[in-house]
Amino acid sequence: MDENVHVIERYERAWIVFGLGMIAVFIVLIGYLMIANRGTIPISAGRVDATQVRSAGDFANPRVEQVGNEYVVYVQAFAFGYLPTEIRVKAGRKVTFNITSPDAQHGFQIERTNINPQVIPGEVVQVSHVFRTPGEYRIICNEYCGIGHANMVSKIIVEP
Amino acid sequence: MAVRTLSQMDAYAGAPEKKYTLYMLMLGFIALMVGTLFGPLQSFNYGGLDLYPFLKPVFQNYYQGLTLHGVLNAIIFTQLFGQAIMVYLPARELGLRPNMTLAWVSFWMALIGLLIAALPLLANAASVLYTFYPPLKAHWAFYLGAALFVLSSYVSIYLALEMWARWRKAHPGQITPLVTYMSVTYWLMWLLASLGLVVEVALFLIPWSLGLLDGVDPLLMRTLFWYTGHPIVYFWLLPAYALAYTTLPRLAGGKLISDPLARLVFLLFLLFSVPVGFHHQFADPGIAPYWKFIHTILTMMVAVPSLITAFTIAASLENAGRNNGGKGLLGWIAALPWNNPTVLAFLLGFLAFIPGGAGGIVNASFNLNQNIHNTVWIPGHFHLQVGTLVTMAAMGTAFWLVPHLTGKPLVARGMALASQWLWFIGMFIMTFALHWMGFLYAVPRRSHIAGSPIAMEAYRESAAWMVLNIVAGVILLIAAILFFYVLYATALQSRREPSQVMAEVPFTEVLSKAEGSSLAQLTERVWFWFGIALLLVVLAYGPVLFQMFTHMNPVPGVRLW
Ligand code: HEM
Ligand SMILES: [Cu+2]
Ligand SMILES: [Cu+2]
Repeated sequence: MDENVHVIERYERAWIVFGLGMIAVFIVLIGYLMIANRGTIPISAGRVDATQVRSAGDFANPRVEQVGNEYVVYVQAFAFGYLPTEIRVKAGRKVTFNITSPDAQHGFQIERTNINPQVIPGEVVQVSHVFRTPGEYRIICNEYCGIGHANMVSKIIVEP
Repeated sequence: MAVRTLSQMDAYAGAPEKKYTLYMLMLGFIALMVGTLFGPLQSFNYGGLDLYPFLKPVFQNYYQGLTLHGVLNAIIFTQLFGQAIMVYLPARELGLRPNMTLAWVSFWMALIGLLIAALPLLANAASVLYTFYPPLKAHWAFYLGAALFVLSSYVSIYLALEMWARWRKAHPGQITPLVTYMSVTYWLMWLLASLGLVVEVALFLIPWSLGLLDGVDPLLMRTLFWYTGHPIVYFWLLPAYALAYTTLPRLAGGKLISDPLARLVFLLFLLFSVPVGFHHQFADPGIAPYWKFIHTILTMMVAVPSLITAFTIAASLENAGRNNGGKGLLGWIAALPWNNPTVLAFLLGFLAFIPGGAGGIVNASFNLNQNIHNTVWIPGHFHLQVGTLVTMAAMGTAFWLVPHLTGKPLVARGMALASQWLWFIGMFIMTFALHWMGFLYAVPRRSHIAGSPIAMEAYRESAAWMVLNIVAGVILLIAAILFFYVLYATALQSRREPSQVMAEVPFTEVLSKAEGSSLAQLTERVWFWFGIALLLVVLAYGPVLFQMFTHMNPVPGVRLW
């Protein structure tokens, strides 16, 4: 066995090349998907004064707005819930969420979708999604935000 | 590799660094024990079984326990183990003594820092989890104690580099011995990596918690945190790797395949560990997608040294198995010394590392990450890495290291073996369940679901997986009891029998040596590579951090627990 060390090194080189090749493939796939699913990538839609969120501006009036054939939603994620308490949209249309928090960091994961942004006080995070299948989708807070964190669940109703 | 004979076994006077190492190690294991206490309770929580009402007079809520679990296991235990191993091993390899005064300074800094941070933790005044994201605001003593604790590692950096410098002066032109090389690159990596956390805590969180600042910018704090937060996992992992490279082959009855490749692995960690933190911020606003993509590429690069490690360790183990008489395609596996608790711990740990590494690549892949970010998939993933491989490497090493340091032979070897099997099986079941619950049902991490009827209703479809968490919790509880019994029974017995313990650190021999290897020569220019690592960090972080520092949006702190 000890004499085989050079054979082993050849195999090891092959393994490293194989590993690098796989990584290259992954990187290309990720790059492609990032472009193809651009809307699901959380981006910044401006900043706000976290202490004013409840009293002034778009988020003091959390709502679903219909703009042409699309929806724009303003969501306040607070300890421990979401406003508006219920979001209703129609299937097959683009929904753009703008979300911020007046207190701690929160999550906004919509089950069975790729929507999963971090909600950070002072930052407005934007993501969008087209719901293809009607039904109810849970919104889950998945960032620890205090004692009521586990209760922080809401829903989106997608109508046909 | 230079292996020197040890000084007297029974008297620490001959080898004071042994006493220091033992203290670091045992303090780390005490932290692990207290931290681990909450583990099974958390598994039960994810099984829908809520035992927290019974803890009420002592521990106020789930999140206080979870903070203790994360801090004690992932920060305290891991760092102390690194400080023990990555100072002691090079000292033994070089036959040098670390500066003992400073070594004890580092111990006392760690202990005092730990005690200061423990007070608010135990008083439920810092239930902010081990990531302490602002604006959740803990008591100042938590940040101060944590800072002192982490700064203790800077003394260890000095200890290792000073021994290396002393050796180089005495051996001009020679290649740094392998373990020392690993230790030096490890500590330099940590020096670079820890800066984010140090800036976050010293410049922002301590002044903020003392009331000197009205608010801090949560996005900037997250960015500084994850600057350190990714490489910190390599800070946890590399002591286990160093032991796997330089002692495991020998313990298993074989030799390390290649010394130069082992150096390359540590060098790649020095280069790529730090500039990857945005893969923890894929979900964050305020960081442009192309920056996230750049960090994705670099993250993929840092998988390479672990891929190399997988090969080298497997090949070295095969070498061992065949030396022991194993034949055929798989016969060498059966021929490994499975009845040696140290070897067993490493073998099982590495087995768990395979799915753990695969999960890591998933997490690093932007779009896949969107599916599992902040779900229980994540704790499922890292319990394979740190909860299984790193912890088992430490437990397995303790089985020979504590006897080696104290001269007291291992007691209850059968229990030691059983503890490792049970730990592995328990972790495997738990992580399996957590992965699927996170992936299929979006069950969130860090959630006291068993205490919330709303949550139990929301995740009821994952009931079948929840049962596995309860089973795993019970198995892991038994595993932990067995391990800590063996550890303390060994360390606290009065019997000292130097003839029955390993007199020397079991450094392995190597097949492909460093001498004459151009790769080893190339890796030897440590300061040059450190400069490159620094440059990579500046390129990958500089513009974003500059932008954030010049456009801060501070928000006030809140206490919501
Ligand atoms: C008996 C063994 C253990 C069990 C049953 C266990 C179980 C768990 C569970 C179920 C969680 C998820 C809790 C949640 O997200 O709400 C968790 C979190 C965690 N565990 Fe463990 N664990 C064990 C040992 C360890 C060890 C040995 C380490 C590290 C050395 C570790 C490090 C962590 C960390 C860092 C977290 C994340 C804490 C956070 O999200 O704030 N655990 N553990
Ligand atoms: Cu929340
Ligand atoms: Cu929450």
